[in-house]
Amino acid sequence: MEIEGLERIVREHPFFAGLEEGAGRLLVGCARNARFEAGQYLFHEGDAADELYLLRQGRVGLGITAPGRGALTFQTLGSGEVVGLSWLLPPYRWSYDAKALELTRAISLDAKCLRQKCDADHDLGYELMKRFMPVLVARLHATRLQMLDVYGTHG
Amino acid sequence: MEAIDQAYRCAHAAARVENPYGSASPGCRRLRAVEDSVLTTAGLQALIDALGRRGYRVIGPTVRGETIVYEEISSVEDLPRGWTDSQDAGRYRLARRGDDALFGFAVGAHSWKRFLHPPLLELSRAEGTGDALHIAPTEERIEPLAFIGVRACELHAIGIQDRVFLGGAHVDPHYRARREGCFLVAVNCGTAGGTCFCVSMQCGPRASRGYDLALTEIRSGTEHLFYLEAGSALGGTIAGPLPRRAATEQERLAAEAVTEHTAASMGRQMRADDVRELLLRNLEHPRWENVAERCLSCGNCTMVCPTCFCTAVEETSDLVSGASTRTQRWDSCFTLEFSHVHGGSVRSSARSRYRQWLMHKLATWHDQFGTSGCVGCGRCITWCPAAIDLTEEVSAIRKSESG
Amino acid sequence: MDETASPVALGAAADPMLPRLARVQRRRREAPQVWTLELENGGEQRGPGFEAGQFNMLGIPGIGEVPISLSGDPADPARLLHTIRAVGPVSTALTRLACGERVALRGPFGTGWPLLEAAGKDVIAVAGGLGLAPLRPALHALRAARARLGRVIVLYGARSPQEILFRRELESWQRGVDFEVEITVDHALGDWHGHVGVVTRLIERAKLDPARALALTCGPEVMMRFAIAALRHAGLGEEQIFLSMERNMQCAVGLCGHCQFGPLLLCRDGPVLRLDRLGGLIGRKEI
Repeated sequence: MEIEGLERIVREHPFFAGLEEGAGRLLVGCARNARFEAGQYLFHEGDAADELYLLRQGRVGLGITAPGRGALTFQTLGSGEVVGLSWLLPPYRWSYDAKALELTRAISLDAKCLRQKCDADHDLGYELMKRFMPVLVARLHATRLQMLDVYGTHG
Repeated sequence: MEAIDQAYRCAHAAARVENPYGSASPGCRRLRAVEDSVLTTAGLQALIDALGRRGYRVIGPTVRGETIVYEEISSVEDLPRGWTDSQDAGRYRLARRGDDALFGFAVGAHSWKRFLHPPLLELSRAEGTGDALHIAPTEERIEPLAFIGVRACELHAIGIQDRVFLGGAHVDPHYRARREGCFLVAVNCGTAGGTCFCVSMQCGPRASRGYDLALTEIRSGTEHLFYLEAGSALGGTIAGPLPRRAATEQERLAAEAVTEHTAASMGRQMRADDVRELLLRNLEHPRWENVAERCLSCGNCTMVCPTCFCTAVEETSDLVSGASTRTQRWDSCFTLEFSHVHGGSVRSSARSRYRQWLMHKLATWHDQFGTSGCVGCGRCITWCPAAIDLTEEVSAIRKSESG
Repeated sequence: MDETASPVALGAAADPMLPRLARVQRRRREAPQVWTLELENGGEQRGPGFEAGQFNMLGIPGIGEVPISLSGDPADPARLLHTIRAVGPVSTALTRLACGERVALRGPFGTGWPLLEAAGKDVIAVAGGLGLAPLRPALHALRAARARLGRVIVLYGARSPQEILFRRELESWQRGVDFEVEITVDHALGDWHGHVGVVTRLIERAKLDPARALALTCGPEVMMRFAIAALRHAGLGEEQIFLSMERNMQCAVGLCGHCQFGPLLLCRDGPVLRLDRLGGLIGRKEI
């Protein structure tokens, strides 16, 4: 696909709404299209966290496989959302599995490329931090609510 | 803060209900069914006898051990002649008076609610199993009651419970059956108790309405008399044939002076006009923590309070016959179980339970029933083993609102 | 009044604590420890109907009585459905009743969901766990009045796929055109391909138009608090949000004092309440 088309897709993705032109062009250098069939893994627990995904269509389940319990999903993500946060910090390894639950189209960003560009351009780095932090906070908040097991019987 | 106030007002608006009660309700004007008169002690005995002949069970104050209680009486000799009470926070003692007044005391641990809203009541019985299962309400034959010696604060308390049990969408048939036939002989207080604050709550000391007859104990010359006023048609009917004579102007003034003197010697006071808003503004005031350190959650206050009405519904099975009964008993919001839901209590701290009781009594009662829940009788102060005084608690919150 | 005062005999008329007996017609297991009991409403002498959101007191003589929301279609009052989770002695005994046995019933009591107000609006129902049961009558009524409404969105959160209540019905609504249905679970095994995560996330994704929205929420109090926060964040005002509150309930007729929630008696002023009537009480501890 042409760079211009890809740049437009990146810019139009809700996650990057309002991103200024220069930053957009820097990002698109790390971007490419990705597609996963239903049942296909985006990444596995323990793999190197080299890519992150901006979902455009479909549904991805985050989970882990526990002995005796099988594959457990604790979060699903859909279009407009971002998959992959462990690329942000060392040791840059995925903590869980991510599997497409249905046909999923995404933009994948090369995490190494992105980290290098952020080191070189701190303004870009700060822009990205401002976007990833709310996602982290919201997920933490939601996870805590899940932990409370409010639908269970207590006492 | 405004939002809370608005919320509370919405509930308040729904609480305005008619008191469906007849002539003996607190809402009526004093009827001059018979002219004011005076009775001697013999005349008072004649009143008790007349009530007995009419089939009433006469209840009045009497000394039992170290306190004055309300029990069935048949004679003026049963009344606490020459006795008074000395009351303070967490303290109640009987003491001898210098005279032979029959009603020279304030109120004790009993209130009239034990007769109108009994502590334990069997509601229904279930018998049989399967298709033979049958549930029937427990029949009661209730003897009509006549209360002698109802204080002004107690008249107000009865009026408050009338509104709770008779003024809502659902009427309590047990309360109604007892209340409907009840004959009230009020007594205007000649002595203010150490913990009384009926003046602050505008509930006394003068009985102004809601009684069938009212007595004020006076001295006229050397005579020991009872100034008698009729407050209802029935009161007039019963008073009519009693051995009495018309009251003189001097005797009328003497009767008025009695309650004026009592009003001037209240044991406690509490500014009541703004207490609802004050407490609503201070749901998290540190004073609640402070009182929780002293409060034992024993529930004495709810037992002695003449307006507290909460009950628990319980089922018990008879293992032998297989029948089961549903009973209703007095409950207290101070128990942990009171607010039990989903395996735990909503109000698990003593702090939250004391707050619930006081807020209900002085604030949310207005929203639910249109009046304060407190009549200023002081019982909760007297009978608290930790000597907690709600007038002091309210005052402390008011003084340090920002605290 | 009579010359002599006569004793009063207390009769059975107008005794709000006296139950009637209702026969169990049908029972169905909805989820682990959750059963729906269908009671016959009166037989030859039909009992009163009910409003969506109301509850009955169901009792077993000798054991006790508990408040259970009606979970059936209010347009079919011959059948009184109650969805019960077995958590204590009374509810467990209720879930063990066989067809043909009778249960002691009082009611219906309480306030219902504001269905009349929904005309012309987008309705969003946010339910969690057992909270779907008191909302189900409203959903049936909304379906019947579909033409008068805008969007109807149903968001439901359960602990796991096995604990989804009325699953077949929800999934058939999901496939249909009347409702937009999203179901989410807190955690799931591999064969669940639906949403996993808290139900509050789905509120954001619903892209509500705050000018037209009316929200109905029911579930554990914690879940309702978070749902309310998400609805407010989406632009809804307090007067557009309704919830169903729960407290200890004994007499259900406003005479025993147990169900107090601030100035409100939930058996009479609730259980369905408009959020602005609570004056912030829902966030307060131990009220």
